Amino acid sequence: MNTPHANWLVDKCDTILRDARKEIGRVVEQPARRAFLRRSLTLGGLSLLSGCALVDEASIDTALSGISRFNDKVQGWLFDPNRLAPTYPDSMITRPFPFNAYYGEDEIRQVDAQSFRLEVTGLVADRKVWTLEELRVLPQTDQVTRHICVEGWSAIGKWGGVPFASFLRRVGADLSAKYVGFKCADDYYTSIDMATALHAQTLLALTYDSQPLPPRYGFPMKLRMPTKLGYKNPKHIQAIFVTNTYPGGYWEDQGYNWFGGS
Amino acid sequence: MEAIRNDVVSIHPRWLRVTHWLNAVAVVILAMSGWRIYNAAPFFAFVIPKDITLGGWLGGAIQWHFAAMWLLAGNGLIYLSCNVASGRLLKKFFPISPRALFADVCDALKGRLSHADPAHYNAVQRVAYLVVIVDVLVLVASGLVLWKSVQFPILRELLGGYEVARRVHFLAMAALTAFVGVHLVMVALVPRTLLAMIRGR
Repeated sequence: MNTPHANWLVDKCDTILRDARKEIGRVVEQPARRAFLRRSLTLGGLSLLSGCALVDEASIDTALSGISRFNDKVQGWLFDPNRLAPTYPDSMITRPFPFNAYYGEDEIRQVDAQSFRLEVTGLVADRKVWTLEELRVLPQTDQVTRHICVEGWSAIGKWGGVPFASFLRRVGADLSAKYVGFKCADDYYTSIDMATALHAQTLLALTYDSQPLPPRYGFPMKLRMPTKLGYKNPKHIQAIFVTNTYPGGYWEDQGYNWFGGS
Repeated sequence: MEAIRNDVVSIHPRWLRVTHWLNAVAVVILAMSGWRIYNAAPFFAFVIPKDITLGGWLGGAIQWHFAAMWLLAGNGLIYLSCNVASGRLLKKFFPISPRALFADVCDALKGRLSHADPAHYNAVQRVAYLVVIVDVLVLVASGLVLWKSVQFPILRELLGGYEVARRVHFLAMAALTAFVGVHLVMVALVPRTLLAMIRGR
């Protein structure tokens, strides 16, 4: 059998076997290879985040907004209505307290105290229009709390006014409704969840540092919530409405988280 | 026979490789979006160059940050559970003796630290990986205080209040970024560690 021909045959068989083994190896390796490819694609995807148009920006926006809505739900669930924000002594008040709005200080709205009317509508028993005097004679309280801005900075201030929960009860609001919305004299608008509206530290603030609320802080009134970020605290409020239809908000409609609170 | 074979073949089990790369994705997104958020109200005398930040504007950066946090937290929980349950944490990272650490640091500085067996972590690696695990836990804790300062009062007080928690969050980010920098240099010096983290061997 030990002829050149037989040797050639053995060689040939070896080659075929080797090839077959390689083929099998390839098939076995493929899932791992696919996993690797998938992973490198994910890593490659990262480099696209910085702005290349290879990933559809609209679908990323949709996904991120969806997660933001999910985060609203989680935050509503995490929110303990009985947990209070820390309060501080007067000596810790930040002076001067910073001005902040979606416009500059030169555009601060001037609201006339005499002609001012607060409109309360929606799911309330008493759809009344309030004058500033009528609001000022309601029982008031004040508190020194930390205002936290979405930008990260914070400042301590002192606000006084009508506990919002007692105001909502007074106007016979449907307390099982989902939202309370606000419309403001500076064309700002926003809305909050009912649990936060009823929180013990949520104030319909009429004073700042024991003085009537100055225009720069939202004369004649703002909603002050130490459990929410600054953009959730509307100034120059003209209308309050209770609703089950999601009202959105000035910043929220542009992408800020709706719940926006701690 | 099979068990021995697996020991020889696999340096990093599959769950470790998957959680490692998912964590890498989460960390990159969180760091880059976090830099954009920092720029909105910087508390040091510098801002982060806009080109290396993620999100375009503050609202976009926050959306990225508060999406990737779920990936970091969920993936991190899976990593820690698998690490503890499999006994890998104890086996790979302990014991650490100050003497061994000192010796390995000296060797590393002289460029003589051995990487002959990628399945075995030297004392410097053990400390570095454990510190980075703790650092991520600090990032999560301080992040929770920034996000929900009213809902987590004990955590808030432990971290010195909201404003201190901001600095803690930033410095922990800086430590993590420094770790990633050194980590990448080490991988460049010993490229087969990258293969091991991809293929498992």
